[in-house]
Amino acid sequence: MPATTHATRNPFSHAETPAVGVKLEDLCKSFGSFEVLKHITLSVEPGEIFVLMGPSGSGKSVLLKHIVGLELPTSGRVTVDGLDAADETTREKIRMALVFQAGALFNSLSVYDNLALYLREHQLADEAGIREKVMRALQILSLENAAQKFPSELSGGMKKRVAIARALVMEPQLMLYDEPTSELDPVMSATIAEIIATLKDEYHVTTIVVSHDRDLALNIGDRIGILMGGELKFLGTPDELRQSQDPEVVDFLNPKIDLKNPRFKRLETPS
Amino acid sequence: MKQLNDILEGIGSTLLLLARAARYVGTLPRQFGRFVEQCYVIGYTTMPIVAVLSFFIGSVLALESGYAAENLGPKQFIGLLVGLSMARELGPMMTAVLLAGRVGSAITAELASMKVYQEVDALETMNIPPARILVLPRLAAILVMMPVLGIVADLVGWFGGAIIAKYTHFISIEPEAYFATMRQFMDFGDVGNGLFKGEIFGFVVVLVCCNIGLSTRGGPREIGASVTKAVVTSLILILVLDFIVSKALMK
Ligand SMILES: Nc1ncnc2c1ncn2[C@@H]1O[C@H](COP(=O)(O)OP(=O)(O)O)[C@@H](O)[C@H]1O
Ligand SMILES: [Mg+2]
Repeated sequence: MPATTHATRNPFSHAETPAVGVKLEDLCKSFGSFEVLKHITLSVEPGEIFVLMGPSGSGKSVLLKHIVGLELPTSGRVTVDGLDAADETTREKIRMALVFQAGALFNSLSVYDNLALYLREHQLADEAGIREKVMRALQILSLENAAQKFPSELSGGMKKRVAIARALVMEPQLMLYDEPTSELDPVMSATIAEIIATLKDEYHVTTIVVSHDRDLALNIGDRIGILMGGELKFLGTPDELRQSQDPEVVDFLNPKIDLKNPRFKRLETPS
Repeated sequence: MKQLNDILEGIGSTLLLLARAARYVGTLPRQFGRFVEQCYVIGYTTMPIVAVLSFFIGSVLALESGYAAENLGPKQFIGLLVGLSMARELGPMMTAVLLAGRVGSAITAELASMKVYQEVDALETMNIPPARILVLPRLAAILVMMPVLGIVADLVGWFGGAIIAKYTHFISIEPEAYFATMRQFMDFGDVGNGLFKGEIFGFVVVLVCCNIGLSTRGGPREIGASVTKAVVTSLILILVLDFIVSKALMK
């Protein structure tokens, strides 16, 4: 691959668009009196794959929503390519795609139309061009046979793949995945991990993946963060993660099932 | 205090939604398909019930005024009475009430479910404003369909009255006499007045129902709550607006 410059070559066209970086500066988010994110500072470099791990309820989805401007910070700032993510015009300037945890497919549209909607609304191609892009994305995710189905006719794993395909046709500069491999079988999980890595290698898309999938994180992550109780407990490369001695991190990555001293009976340690 | 706050917030967000939808009026030709679909939905779900209800309202008006006219005077004025009441008041108002129940509730349910299941969030991240593709086609459709529904309501109501006036033994006036008084003392202004009112009611109902749907927060349970709120708010607004607009038009 000759691509060595910091530029995104879109998977479906030959337009060159610069990859974008994401910065979280002292980001805090509360719902009422409940603090979900506490002073998170983090920088994701252009073209990097950043994997965010953490127990459920630790605020990972909320963090992703701040990057696309669906949630607004209580304090602190999120910028994408230097532009404030809370500003509505940012998503007009930067193509961002978020693969929602639950898919968020348009239930009234067929799979094909779900994928085509973005291209049609932004008039990015004629119907023949749209057809080509949509079928290509469906093919990558082995969904050709589902094109005419409706979301209600799909299994959980298929919905997830359609959601990923729908993000792919957007040819994003910034790709955010919220638990892309949960609900998928191991082979499809590996496929998704390969797709994420391929997009990054060939097209230099900045990628943030929220995932519990240890294999995915250690294999394709350039850097990994672990969010616990609204704070970044760990931030580093996969190698650094493997060597981490922090008991909480170790327990999160390799939980031992201990029937003599089950977790749910252990005394809560004040954190 | 909290209720007052909610009301003000509701008014504010409704106007904001209207302003947002208005920004995309230029995209309407491209959205012709969606517009036609919404016209069809509104017409298909509301037309039959509007016709049935108007028929009975016209009938009852004729019946009651015929009963009263036994002591009061010339019976052919029943035609004028039914004609005016239908055109100026009951036609637009009952059409709007049915619209709120059939179309408004469905709009709120659909948009609330899209909101709760994050479809609206997905649209926003795709930089496709919900006001453009979800709200604007519906507003345009109601502006076109409401006069159609209003005219159907008027015509069916008038004919319902005419049939009752002919076949009720204590009235029994011929349709010619019934329609003659209408033609003599009513003009297109009366019909236009009613259609204008209907246009306002319909537009407000659809706008408010869109806004309440899109403002839904929380889980699936909130969808039902939003639908109830949308229908109740619509009915109150129809009655309040009916008074205000009627008063303003009488000057
Ligand atoms: N809109 C909201 N209102 C109130 N609380 C919320 C909202 N969204 C998320 N939360 C809370 O924030 C916490 C983190 O949620 P989330 O980011 O979805 O967790 P996860 O890390 O599993 O993705 C949870 O305790 C959740 O209940
Ligand atoms: Mg989550």
